[in-house]
Amino acid sequence: MASLMKHISSPLINNNPITLQILGICSALAVTTSLTTAVTMSLALTVVLCLSSAVISLIRRHIPSVIRLIVQITIIASLVIVIDEILQAYAFEISRQLSIFVGLIVTNCLVLGRAEAFAMRNPVLPSILDGLGNGLGYSLILIIVGSVRELLGKGTLLNYTVFTPVADGGWFEPLGLMQLAPSAFFILGLLVWLMRSIWTQQVDAPKFGLKTQRSRS
Amino acid sequence: MFNPIQAWRGFLERENDDRVKVYGVAILVAFVCAIVISTASVTLRPMQNAHLEAERQARMDAMLDRLPSMRTIMEDAGVDALETRLVDLASGEFVTDIDPDSYDVQAALNDPEQSVAIPPELDVAGLQKRAPYAPVYLLQSEGALLLVVLPVSGVGYQSTLRAMLALEADMTTVAALTIIEQGETAGLGARIEEPDWQAQWQGKQVFDEAGAIVIQVVRGQADGPYEVDGISGASRTGNGVTNMVRYWLGDHGFGPFLSRLQKEGL
Repeated sequence: MASLMKHISSPLINNNPITLQILGICSALAVTTSLTTAVTMSLALTVVLCLSSAVISLIRRHIPSVIRLIVQITIIASLVIVIDEILQAYAFEISRQLSIFVGLIVTNCLVLGRAEAFAMRNPVLPSILDGLGNGLGYSLILIIVGSVRELLGKGTLLNYTVFTPVADGGWFEPLGLMQLAPSAFFILGLLVWLMRSIWTQQVDAPKFGLKTQRSRS
Repeated sequence: MFNPIQAWRGFLERENDDRVKVYGVAILVAFVCAIVISTASVTLRPMQNAHLEAERQARMDAMLDRLPSMRTIMEDAGVDALETRLVDLASGEFVTDIDPDSYDVQAALNDPEQSVAIPPELDVAGLQKRAPYAPVYLLQSEGALLLVVLPVSGVGYQSTLRAMLALEADMTTVAALTIIEQGETAGLGARIEEPDWQAQWQGKQVFDEAGAIVIQVVRGQADGPYEVDGISGASRTGNGVTNMVRYWLGDHGFGPFLSRLQKEGL
């Protein structure tokens, strides 16, 4: 049981897909302008990841290795289309805001990465938990970035006013930059810095060291 | 004797690199995925359409709100929504035996029995076919027509554009153009959705004195009542909008209907 729970807990901090493996950055930039879209995207990705891991793990013994990537992508893409259709039917406004990014879950390296690295080699239950854990790890970062960007960019959280902007007679000057894509990079960078300062085992060994000794000629 | 269970077992027991297995798995996966997607799409379609319809209605309301004095006219006339009528595009007459609210333009367009092919030389908007009837939305006060709103569509740079074109009672002055649906390049062509761009259409003239359709989206600065500023970097989207408006106001579109209204009124 403890080993099963590790599949969920490990990707949250120690092996976080975004901050440690640097996967799924594209959507992390695009959908984090507000917390609502970030949460919806997180939910959609977590569901897709769990389902795709389950399906792929279920048929893993019968996927010919020559066409395994195509089979994985087909399964993931179908799940994404179904999720997109469901969003369009039940959460129309949010699906408008997410627009193509739900579709882009297909190309999110995180999903294919977990399918290829984990679900192809492990039984169904651990695969689902691994999908869930990685989905939650992705969600955690998206929600942090989304909160910061919405709070500093608009002064709201989930569309409820937290800081009253100057335009409405308050004191808060919205930071326009926070609504633009580069700010997500800044926040992600700061997060990576923060996490690696606390959990020092995440720090990569330097690949190219400076040479301290000059060779004397 | 063919035993399907035996055959299935035999199929599964094949080596994964076996050619039959490779093709079999590929076909099966594709087949199952196709069924799942089609089922989801078909069962959820009515709800999605309801949302699209609600959005169209909301945009129509927003368009009316943007038109100065339109709301007060509506209040004076005692109506809170526009009247929907169905027009036979070929004759320009109203269709009276079909309820406009129940007429499904998209279904008529997809039905080869009903849809009308657009001759290539007239097909400036790139639509290829259109439904025989189209809904129009009218605002009238004491028998006098104040506003007619026409649904128009056409091919832009990379997507189908759908819009509502509102004409004033003289049938040539644009009261408003509202883009309802587009999938153009974000930041360039997609800027036709911006209210500032759409606001330029208000007051433009569609027809010149001779009755020819002359309105167009031009590159750069617009000059005179027949031109609308283009968006830089999006000339093909601009052309798409021009062609869309020109087709639907032309003889194969609402032309007969508009000239009938001009001559005989409602």
